[in-house]
Amino acid sequence: MNNINQQSNYITATSSEKASLTKAVFQASAFPSPSGIRSMNSYFIFFHKYKKALLFAPLLVVIDVCCEIVQPELMSKIVDTGISQKNLSFVYQIGGVMILLSLIAIVANIGNIYYSSQASVGFATELRKGMFEKIQEFSFADLDRFSSASLTTRITNDVNILQEVIMMSLRLLIRAPLMLLFAVVIAVRINASLASIIAVAIPVLATAIYLILKRGIPFFEKMQQRLDQLNGVVEENLMNVRVVKSFARADFEEHKFSLKNQHLQKMAVKASGTVILIMPIMQLVMNVSIVAIVWFGGNKIMSNTFHIGQLMSFITYITQILMSLMMLSMTIMSLSRAQASSERILDVLHTSPSISNSEISITKDLKLTQGKIEFRDVCFSYHTLGKKTLLKNISFTVSPAETVAIIGTTGSAKSTLVQLIPRLYDISSGHIYIDDHDIKDYTLANLRAGVNLVLQQNQLFSGTIAENLKWGNTQATSQQLHTAARYAQAHGFIMGFPNQYQTVLGQGGVNLSGGQKQRLCLARAILSQPLILIMDDSTSAVDVTTEAKIRSLFNLYLKNTTIIIIAQRISSIQSADRILLLDQGEIIANGTHSVLLKTSQLYREICRSQQLQPTIK
Amino acid sequence: MKTQDINANKASLSGLPGRHGRIKTGKPQHSLQTILRLWKYLGRQKLKLLVILLLLLLNIGATLSGSYLLRPIINHYIIPKDVPGLIKMVALLLGIYLISAVAATLQNRLMINVAQQTVSKIRSELFCRLQSIPLKFFDTHSQGDLMSRFANDTDNISDLLNTSVLQLFSSGITLVGIFALMLYISPELTLITLLIVPLMLWFAAGIIKKSKVFFATQQSALGAVNGYVEEMVNGQKVVEVFGYQQSVEAAFEKLNYDLRDKATQAQLYAGVMMPVIQNLNTINFALTAIVGGLLAILKGFDLGGLAAFLQYSRQFGRPVNEISSQYNSIQSGLAGAERVFQIMDEIPELPDSPDAVVLANVRGNVNFRSVTFGYDPAHPVITNLTLEVKAGQKIAFVGATGAGKTTIMNLLPRFYDIQSGEITIDGIPIQHIKRNNLRQALAIVLQDTHLFTGTVLENIRYGQLQATDNEVIEACKLAGADPFIQQLAKGYATVLQKDGDNLSQGQRQLLNIARATVSQPAILIMDEATSSVDTRTEQYIQRGMDQLMIGRTSFVIAHRLSTVRNADEIIVLENGKIIERGNHDALLAKRGKYYQLYTTQFD
Repeated sequence: MNNINQQSNYITATSSEKASLTKAVFQASAFPSPSGIRSMNSYFIFFHKYKKALLFAPLLVVIDVCCEIVQPELMSKIVDTGISQKNLSFVYQIGGVMILLSLIAIVANIGNIYYSSQASVGFATELRKGMFEKIQEFSFADLDRFSSASLTTRITNDVNILQEVIMMSLRLLIRAPLMLLFAVVIAVRINASLASIIAVAIPVLATAIYLILKRGIPFFEKMQQRLDQLNGVVEENLMNVRVVKSFARADFEEHKFSLKNQHLQKMAVKASGTVILIMPIMQLVMNVSIVAIVWFGGNKIMSNTFHIGQLMSFITYITQILMSLMMLSMTIMSLSRAQASSERILDVLHTSPSISNSEISITKDLKLTQGKIEFRDVCFSYHTLGKKTLLKNISFTVSPAETVAIIGTTGSAKSTLVQLIPRLYDISSGHIYIDDHDIKDYTLANLRAGVNLVLQQNQLFSGTIAENLKWGNTQATSQQLHTAARYAQAHGFIMGFPNQYQTVLGQGGVNLSGGQKQRLCLARAILSQPLILIMDDSTSAVDVTTEAKIRSLFNLYLKNTTIIIIAQRISSIQSADRILLLDQGEIIANGTHSVLLKTSQLYREICRSQQLQPTIK
Repeated sequence: MKTQDINANKASLSGLPGRHGRIKTGKPQHSLQTILRLWKYLGRQKLKLLVILLLLLLNIGATLSGSYLLRPIINHYIIPKDVPGLIKMVALLLGIYLISAVAATLQNRLMINVAQQTVSKIRSELFCRLQSIPLKFFDTHSQGDLMSRFANDTDNISDLLNTSVLQLFSSGITLVGIFALMLYISPELTLITLLIVPLMLWFAAGIIKKSKVFFATQQSALGAVNGYVEEMVNGQKVVEVFGYQQSVEAAFEKLNYDLRDKATQAQLYAGVMMPVIQNLNTINFALTAIVGGLLAILKGFDLGGLAAFLQYSRQFGRPVNEISSQYNSIQSGLAGAERVFQIMDEIPELPDSPDAVVLANVRGNVNFRSVTFGYDPAHPVITNLTLEVKAGQKIAFVGATGAGKTTIMNLLPRFYDIQSGEITIDGIPIQHIKRNNLRQALAIVLQDTHLFTGTVLENIRYGQLQATDNEVIEACKLAGADPFIQQLAKGYATVLQKDGDNLSQGQRQLLNIARATVSQPAILIMDEATSSVDTRTEQYIQRGMDQLMIGRTSFVIAHRLSTVRNADEIIVLENGKIIERGNHDALLAKRGKYYQLYTTQFD
């Protein structure tokens, strides 16, 4: 963020270019390719509000360059005309022009920075907004494809990188080539034959930069890999801190780390050591050119075809030219560094959400009425072309207000099955009907208002408990909050907190136990008063006694709600109206607890594994 | 904190935060102490630093004298048309520039060496310190925060050492050098520079001051946006289940536009400094040209001197600019160092007392005598707990969440030290046993099954580094892990991806048990080892555990009571106190809390 634009038009190169150059190279993964430029089209809409800034920023750079580039030539006039003819007023005039131009340049520069800040920051803002809104449309399948950590990085870091690059481009990418071009033109005009030095210096420097980078960039890539490995070791170590401590393996871990660390250090020295050569070489090329100018120019002056002032300005121009070349290559390098980020951003922007409202659903605007669910020959696999079908020919019906439990071993696709109901994933074939309408005929908003799914991962958000519960119903009164929390057996522990419903939760509800979080999630869902409530293993961390209480309260108060429960414990589900037994994506039994005990071998096995002993009643 | 979390996120995503979008963190609180402390690391390479300084002086000296030589060349050779003299001077110039190039190369190479060695040393010390910090620390510091110190902060330190330090010195010396030469060539012209430079400095200082304020506000706005994005994207599935998209978008938009306004200001101030300082320097150049012209006309000031002086005056803005531009990276480097040192200053686990013994042939008699403990001493979680366990017994802990089951088991390996009472193994208080020795006598199988990147074999050998391949395989057979390992693509040589992602939960747990088996512990702790698998898989794992428990003192914590029925003694805990104890049948007969738990579970 705090990348201050660095630019140079001074005679000797010292370390500032070196620093920025090293950094740029460091971050460059490859030379830019045309695809990067093509992708610019996708970004243009995000500049929409900032067109003026986008136009003015480069324009002002041109003014700045024009003011700056003539300075050495004006100076040479002071020397060659003013001093040699002892013309005082000429010196004042030209000097006055020089100062005036500088003042104009200051205004132009401030303007440029003003507009380019506006354009780049504005662009980043709109881009973030666009991405964030895009993600709101993502289906679960889309979300799975990216992973939330990766999406977060894309919206935050990758966008920041583009912002930086645009800020830089709006100045340097225009300034450097213009400076180069103008300086060459002026140098040729001053003395064409002397300008041939430039014709040698430019290719020499360009080749040197190219060769060094070609050698250095792979080192940086390797270094990056080693850094990855090192950080991997650290991450794993932190994650496994209990394991490391309990086996007393600190020495072992330290040894593992130090190997990777040395490994990294070697490559870091190699990589930076290579690229650092650019600066001295650049300096050398420039200085040798200056020497050449002094020699050839000096001879010309002796033969009276050249003037001392011209010699002075010529030296300035050639340094200007070589500097600009450096800046240009550096800027291009930064662009290529941004390319990876750009690709990751476009990846998000170009994803068309795999689930959206059908036209019929919008015109019909159907709402759920009863809570009847019907699966007809439903098949599902995560990837449209995937070999593995997760759910095979699922057919069953749930009547309104019925409580149906789903049980099955880990990996039998229970969660997947219930997530199809609110269209969090779309089925691959078959039909799902709710209240005798295909779920695709409901808008997503209407469908999900009627169906609430309590997900396995009990996600809460930073804010107060009340705010979290209100996700279920933004208009809920505190009376309603308390009731919902009571049903979910959460009211008791909430009231136990000093701030009760106003207790502030950390990000993700870190300050609560697993069971407490689950109960809050449950209360949040109850508050939304769904016709269909689905609970995906959502009381697993709640102790058995409390769970039993929740169950009995549900029986009492959520009489008209269709409930689907997924659970591991037989005790959680045996009182359900019906139990579906799922095994490897198929329903292999469907009936009440006592029926399944009689008919299903697998069900009996599961019961036995939980050592269900009717005798202890 | 939020920004760090984001970074952490990134870290866990790619394994590294690298340089992309690296976050420059805050400003240092105690700059001076931090600098002194960094110097302690750098100071170990005093000789190299001295050489670097000498090379730096040589380089700057050569560069500046190169520019100065223009004066004699113009005055004494070009104007008098002395060709042989010009040849000599040109050769001299060439020589000087070559020296400068060589010096610059060497100086940079050496500095990279020093910097990388230093950073590597710091990283390594940081890691070692983390290994010896008590577990309590990890309860209160997120993995993300620690990861960011490792990756981000050491990177910022690396930048500071790699370039900023050298640049600061180089710019400072150059500034002094140029000024001295200017003064030598023409004190009158130097006056102009003396007029402009304070203007530049005043401008730069003003901008930096403003910029600091705006950057801080930008940073907090950015933190808010990043934090919001992270949290919402993480909970995106919930957002969709509740159809909450519009509210979320509205809240985001507000934060986002707030960031835009603040970032635009910050960028403006940060960006404007360099170009304007340069323009000011151009004015300096112009004024010098005018006054130089006047001096030449009126006082016969030599042209060569004017040429050299003009060169210098063009060069003058650069070091000023550089020093100001290093400001940010020095700040974040120091802030990074400070955060790293903070961890290094954490108090490590107390060293073993001098009279600590090494346990040999542990039998496994474990005694808890009036043990009281609280993570926060003011709020004890375990109060006055007494428990006597004979070698080879199986003890089960049951009770509601928060009853203190896991806490008790954390005390035995001294993850936490008790506040009062005594815990002994074979009659020796655990504080008097060498810590590593104590922990090696125990094996703990936890609910979260963490594995390391590496082969199956390596992972199991983690339990006992000296174990032969055969011993590892034997352990796996005993634990019941052998059959599925054999079925993996490369058997025991199969490489596990990060945390064993390519295995099922049950398989990972079997590997954990095998790892515990190979360590041949005298005492075994199973903390909810089978809670996250379904009951049929659990039975399978149970067989492995039962094998492992034969002849060993074992402690079992389980959610599902079916797994604890065959324990020699079942301890029912409530609020850190034992409320019932006895074997399964006795406790059932008692019709107390255990009976209640058991019947609700199986009703």
